[in-house]
Amino acid sequence: MNYHFEFGWLFEYYPQIIKGIGITIQLIAIGAVAGISLGIVCAWVRALGPLWLKPVVAAYVELIRNTPFLIQLFFIFFGLPSLGLQLSELQAANIAMVVNLGAYSSEIIRAGIQATPKGQFEAGASLAMTPFETFRHVVLIPSLQRIWPALSSQVVIVMLGSAVVSQIAAEDLTFAANFIQSRTFRAFEAYMVSTAVYLLLAVLLRQVLGTVGWLIFPRRAAK
Amino acid sequence: MIEFTIWDVLRNLLLASRWTIVLSLVSFIGGGLVGLVLLFLRISRRKWARAVAKYYIELFQGTPLLMQLFIAFFGLGLFGIDVPAWLAAGLALILWSAAFLGEIWRGCVEAIAKGQWEASASLGMGRLQQMRYVILPQAMRIAVPPTVGFSVQVIKGTALTSIIGFVELSKAGTVVTNATFQPFTVYGLVALIYFALCWPLSKSSQILERKLNVAHRNH
Repeated sequence: MNYHFEFGWLFEYYPQIIKGIGITIQLIAIGAVAGISLGIVCAWVRALGPLWLKPVVAAYVELIRNTPFLIQLFFIFFGLPSLGLQLSELQAANIAMVVNLGAYSSEIIRAGIQATPKGQFEAGASLAMTPFETFRHVVLIPSLQRIWPALSSQVVIVMLGSAVVSQIAAEDLTFAANFIQSRTFRAFEAYMVSTAVYLLLAVLLRQVLGTVGWLIFPRRAAK
Repeated sequence: MIEFTIWDVLRNLLLASRWTIVLSLVSFIGGGLVGLVLLFLRISRRKWARAVAKYYIELFQGTPLLMQLFIAFFGLGLFGIDVPAWLAAGLALILWSAAFLGEIWRGCVEAIAKGQWEASASLGMGRLQQMRYVILPQAMRIAVPPTVGFSVQVIKGTALTSIIGFVELSKAGTVVTNATFQPFTVYGLVALIYFALCWPLSKSSQILERKLNVAHRNH
């Protein structure tokens, strides 16, 4: 192997990398908040919602979970304009991530809701709460707490999956790596650096989600 | 301009799906073999072996599959090999699947009650014998549903190989779109073909899991 590694380009191109990191963070921040919200609504429909809505949500969840994210992205970005819905790269990437995480998180959250003891619903009803109030005030938070680790893993998986949005020219971290390799022909080094950054982002995101969980869920008093 | 019927589009997409299926099978089987090695390292009594497997899994689960494909594609080239896309695609997908399968199976092995290890040790079995005759037969039963479930991730993962130029279903979708200018129809069909491949696997994974739970409750 007669290859000399060369990282000198970093000094020239680091602004692109920083910008790419910013866009990747922005994508996952919007994706996580909106995606989990969508997931909660879908999980509510599938576990407790009106009967006529259940098959619709089930079809959405199954369709998204059984097709690749890349194709969902292409369909939204290239396919929807023929229905008159023109989206920018970033909008399409954001929508694709929300739709994708919404489907996956709804399955996870539904498992959490279904693991709720029946007595909790009955207790809510006996306090004259409507089914929705019971869900909102009694069931939701403990359900989320139960599945928070699984949900966090899914958010990290979606963040790593977001590397694909570079394919519709959304200028994320992978786009920056592609740009640099096309300018410097240092493909291996460019991808090594961006892979390391992704690894770092994944570790950080895990920490952030752990902290969020620590903040929003009630903690049992130490015995 | 040439007119394309929906049948022309569908036929080309179905022909390309063959490569999606072949690549999925190769990645899943290859990943399973490497994953088995990882499993043995991960539950080894030697500290260094456990550490190697742990960092391997963390590295492959903590970075995007797309980056792994790029590194395989450009990295192998550094050794002076002319890398065809299928080689890089197969290699990256095998290593990626192995990390996930190894971790899934470790969970299954650890779910086996400790008494089973102790009982087999008290019969004078060696570590490998314990695995072969006592632990793995039981672990395999619980491993089936999540393993089938993961095969769906492998099929969806193969879509990314289109980006490094391997011609499978997704790449065919892009090529056909460029010829027909009907992205809505073409990507819709591509999605449906993926769905037809993945949904039966997802469903059977769910059914197997339910069956297993019922079996457990009866004990």
